[in-house]
Amino acid sequence: MAETATHTADHASEHGHETSTGLSNNKLAMWLFLGSECLLFGGLISTYMLYRGRVSDGPHPMAIFDIPFTSVSSFVLLMSSLTMVLAVTAAQRGDDSRTNLWLTITAVLGATFVGGQVYEFTAFIREGLGFSTSLFGSSFYTLTGFHGIHVSVGVLMLLSTVGIIRKNKITGNKAEVVEIVGLYWHFVDVVWIIIFTLVYLIPS
Amino acid sequence: MSTSTEQHEQEHGMSDAGYIKIALILAAITALEVSTYYVDFGPLFMPSLMIMMVVKFVMVVSYFMHLKFDSRIFSFMFYTGLGLALFVYITALATFKFFIS
Amino acid sequence: MAIIERPGTGTTPVVATPQQTLGAVKRPVETKGWREWLFTVDHKKIGIMYGVVAMVFFIIGGVEALLIRLQLAMPDGQILSADKYNQMFTMHATTMVFLFAMPMAGAFANYFLPLQIGARDVAFPRINALSLWLLIIGGLVLNASWFLGGAADGGWFMYAPNSGPIFSPSHGVDFWVIGLQIAGVASLLGSINLIVTVVNMRAPGMSLMKMPVFTWMILVVQFLLVFSLPVITVALVLLMLQRSYGATFFDVSQGADPLLWQHLFWIFGHPEVYVLILPAFGIISEVLPTFARKPLFGYPFVVFSGASIGLVGFGVWAHHMFASGLGPVSVAVFSVATMAIAIPTGVKIFNWLLTMWGGKIWYTTAMNFAIGLVVLFTIGGLSGVTHSVAPSDTQQTDTYYIVAHFHYVLFGGMVFGLFSGFYYWWPKVFGKMLNEKLGAWNFWFMVIGMNLTFGPMHILGLQGQPRRMYVWTEARAGEGFFNLGFWNLIASIGSFILAVGVLFFLINVVITARSKKQAPLDPWDARTLEWLTTSPPKAHNFDRIPVVHHLDEFFHRKYEEDTATHTMKKVAEGEDLVRVEEEAADAHIHLPSPSYWPIVLSVGVGLLGLGTIYGIPMIVLGFAITLFASYGWILEPSVAEEIDFEPSNNDGNTKEIAPLG
Repeated sequence: MAETATHTADHASEHGHETSTGLSNNKLAMWLFLGSECLLFGGLISTYMLYRGRVSDGPHPMAIFDIPFTSVSSFVLLMSSLTMVLAVTAAQRGDDSRTNLWLTITAVLGATFVGGQVYEFTAFIREGLGFSTSLFGSSFYTLTGFHGIHVSVGVLMLLSTVGIIRKNKITGNKAEVVEIVGLYWHFVDVVWIIIFTLVYLIPS
Repeated sequence: MSTSTEQHEQEHGMSDAGYIKIALILAAITALEVSTYYVDFGPLFMPSLMIMMVVKFVMVVSYFMHLKFDSRIFSFMFYTGLGLALFVYITALATFKFFIS
Repeated sequence: MAIIERPGTGTTPVVATPQQTLGAVKRPVETKGWREWLFTVDHKKIGIMYGVVAMVFFIIGGVEALLIRLQLAMPDGQILSADKYNQMFTMHATTMVFLFAMPMAGAFANYFLPLQIGARDVAFPRINALSLWLLIIGGLVLNASWFLGGAADGGWFMYAPNSGPIFSPSHGVDFWVIGLQIAGVASLLGSINLIVTVVNMRAPGMSLMKMPVFTWMILVVQFLLVFSLPVITVALVLLMLQRSYGATFFDVSQGADPLLWQHLFWIFGHPEVYVLILPAFGIISEVLPTFARKPLFGYPFVVFSGASIGLVGFGVWAHHMFASGLGPVSVAVFSVATMAIAIPTGVKIFNWLLTMWGGKIWYTTAMNFAIGLVVLFTIGGLSGVTHSVAPSDTQQTDTYYIVAHFHYVLFGGMVFGLFSGFYYWWPKVFGKMLNEKLGAWNFWFMVIGMNLTFGPMHILGLQGQPRRMYVWTEARAGEGFFNLGFWNLIASIGSFILAVGVLFFLINVVITARSKKQAPLDPWDARTLEWLTTSPPKAHNFDRIPVVHHLDEFFHRKYEEDTATHTMKKVAEGEDLVRVEEEAADAHIHLPSPSYWPIVLSVGVGLLGLGTIYGIPMIVLGFAITLFASYGWILEPSVAEEIDFEPSNNDGNTKEIAPLG
């Protein structure tokens, strides 16, 4: 995603005037993308809300959700936002080793969350909720699966950032790259905040 | 990109300790949320869950994502998307009589 | 292209190309031949390629339309089978909307938006190239279905159950889903790119309210796209999961609500309508003032009415679903919202009329098309308002009256706007004028053809001829003035007159390309910044970044107010202004360098999509290519390193410095 600004913009800033608004192109693009993602997840969440009570012959949501387990994995994802923000401040201080440390911890927490999700899915399938068992099943797996893919992509981005910083191959402003990866990561976290409440905690 | 932007963030951003404080608050709210599963909140159940969800959402977006300290243009981009999402999907669900049953 | 230009002596700058930059692999440096186009990140080349691709699909979609009209010209038509007819109207609409209208607007936006705001390129040149290649891949996937078992046949809005495997057993709908998904990603990336460009890359002094209206309308369109495309993405994902992986999201027999699809489709689909028309509004808002020789009447009203059309456009989608039993409250709310959206549209019409009022109108082909838009769009707009009245809409739904309405707004509105843009900007892009005499033939054949084709459809529709019927019978055609056979025949004849009109345009293009005659620098006495450079513009657009003081900056540099008579007097020619810029050219202009990765990445994404039809191995392959290209992309600086621009630092590899032609 992150692309360095065109050189013409860099060139302009060398001469004292920056982009028209003084804002970074990359950050602006990321925020726009996240604004757009709101409508993507909104659609998937709405589909789930509409269909969550339609269980056909399959299990009912409340019968299979393991709230304590999901609470723990939600907590893990929430805390990964803290480690992410610590990576961002470290990057802004120019502290590469701390940046890499916090990025790695964030990635590990994210991977733990994805691992938990894989475990949860297999448990649900064992209990009789396949992808095509019922509308509830399809919409549940679609929503949480989409979120899981987003987290996985995030983990990949975090680890890649660590690798690129290590090899000193970063193109563009290092602190900004970390910050932008962070924006994506936090967004994935806030989406889960909503999913956790609407999907797991509110019974249908 | 420019040094002036960075300085701006440093001035108005938060210290690591501040972020840890935010995270603790978020953790506490999450604990409270989970407790609704075990303790009967009665008629407060739905409203309290929704409020806690919104508070958590806004806290992460405002502090962890810096939106509170950053340019309003970023807020415009993000909250326009969020607002439109709420509007169109709540309207669509309303036509399915989702909120009546 | 990746060139550095130093002001040489006088007006001939000197160029050098990068020689050896390594990203993940050696980056392309070619500035000639096919590679120049394949790996380019120049917004102007990308814009031209968008235009060519869109024109090809315009012709394909047009041929599909002619086949439809041939089938309906006579009772019991034999040209197409029922099945082929279904594919034909589905693909005609899909092609025209997603592969012609949007890319053609994208062509204008890509080419002129940076020029109008005084920028040297868009904010993300490589992402710009990626958008183009993804669009091409999406278009190829969509149309590949013709040869791989049959195209999509559920109508362009693909309602359930027609989209399901029972009513559409071929892979057509699968290709349709994947093709649109990929084209959707292309548009999403493009829209983010253009918004960032407008927000961040305006020339000094160009505040938002000094931006040309075309740029404004494109900006509104990009916001509509950013926030509506994810909704169709959801719908397409759900449909894909239903068709390929056993979900039942729209299957009534499994307890689903097929209305869910309709909501998701139209939450996207209605903003999409404005995505199609607003660029045309933007184009004629440039053309009308230029040829009326008056500033646009009520610039802020045109801008804000455009923005409010965009905003309200998100709140009216359910008027496409009045016939589906939404319930009286929903219908009433959406009726009122729909009537409300006519207000800003009407404001625009009056602004254009008052722009022309009292002007010294110069009837060029571009101007004719612009006036054509105002007239024909108004007709289409008025028939549109009749749909907002729900009871009348119930009679009109799914009849030819609807077909008449949206062809008046889309053909009479959008296509006329785009053609106006062709004639207006052709000398800017190619340095040659399109022939005005052929232009007149082009215009009049299109006006007459379009009215003969779509005018009778109002009558056909109100008489009850349903859309999408592949055949009609003489026995039920009715009599006298309302005889369906007569009006169907007229519509079919009209469609061929229309086609001849388009043919005149294509002939005009060929003749112009062969002609040696160069266009003057400022043939129309134009008003906006894109004319403040050579035609065609140099690779770096502007020799120095202009400083903007006025709305219509270029006009205000040519004209000054005569204080005695309070009239504007011409004090400089375009040529003089460009010469001034050339003499003050910037010393070091680094442009973004070409890249392999956009095209490689788009191929990866295409395979990833096709994998949902052809199985896991293809998904894996597509994913691998996508990942590989992403890393190549990330590791490649978007501009070649400094050293590559300086051949003298390049040991033993010194190349001749060529003068810029």
